[in-house]
Amino acid sequence: MSEESSIKKFMFVNRKPPHGTIYALESLEVVLITAAFDQDVSLVFLDDGVFQLRKGQQTKGIETKNFSPTYRALDGYDIEKLYVEKESLDARGLTEDDLLVDVMVLDRKALGALMDEQDVVLSF
Amino acid sequence: MLHIVNKSPLGHAALDSCLRVAQGGDLLLIEDAVYAASAGTLFEPLMKDALKRFKVYALQPDLEARGVAAHLIEGIAVVDYGGFVDLVTQNKTCQSWL
Amino acid sequence: MKFGIVVNEGPYQHQASDSAYLFCKAVLEKGHEIFRVFFYHDGVNNASRLTEPPQDDRNIVARWSKLAEDHGVDLVVCVAAALRRGIKEENLAPGFRISGLGQLVEAGIQADRLVTFGD
Repeated sequence: MSEESSIKKFMFVNRKPPHGTIYALESLEVVLITAAFDQDVSLVFLDDGVFQLRKGQQTKGIETKNFSPTYRALDGYDIEKLYVEKESLDARGLTEDDLLVDVMVLDRKALGALMDEQDVVLSF
Repeated sequence: MLHIVNKSPLGHAALDSCLRVAQGGDLLLIEDAVYAASAGTLFEPLMKDALKRFKVYALQPDLEARGVAAHLIEGIAVVDYGGFVDLVTQNKTCQSWL
Repeated sequence: MKFGIVVNEGPYQHQASDSAYLFCKAVLEKGHEIFRVFFYHDGVNNASRLTEPPQDDRNIVARWSKLAEDHGVDLVVCVAAALRRGIKEENLAPGFRISGLGQLVEAGIQADRLVTFGD
């Protein structure tokens, strides 16, 4: 198998908010591991998943690990494709300025088209 | 692409999100999402609208378990687990809207 | 065709494990191959041999073990998720093995299709 053909397009779709459940944290753990496999990785934040990227998260009072700074470190793992759905941001009164990291904001149709291009879609 | 949804649209946004973002393809309703295949619910108009863009399937054992195998919205096809497998093989990718 | 399966919820609490199991059986009946079943999040609880359901109920854990025994299906439990939830070698049901998240990524790369069952 050539190097080219062994690279798949992996998309991680995050639709759940952080802290209330463990999905966001454990999704991030998969993403970091996937980075080591030299695949074409995209992250999508949709619905309440956009809250994962919200600035100003402080978890001291709930005594859990604040993993939100990790999103800023993704760049160092060569994970640069972070997509956020515009409609999800709008519905939550958020703009890009409210987010921890630079993202690409796509409307729902553009995001749907991007999903169709993937080889593997993992949802959390 | 095959979109798999497993939650009732009357209590969760998963199916709404799928229908908002995905532009078409195959849609399979499993587990609690099979309630979306029932005729007469508040969601029926949205499901009928979705049928214009998606080929919609509902998983028979899940319909039967919930007592909603009768009175399905017209145009929704029923599959068993073998049919579920076939849908996955026929589509290049699948996504579970968890 | 080669299938990878991901199970993200524990047994009994959520239908995901049942759906995943029935899907796996149908995959094999259709003559396809299961490259791996990967258990993540609370899905790791599918691997606890300490599980004791009532006599008149299905034994979800034993059912997975039998699938591994009869068809050689590779049942992999994520180590990080497992340790968090008290799943270790000493309480691992037959047919399961504990390994890293890389096994999930590998399933995504090697399998023709990856299907996730969760909440």
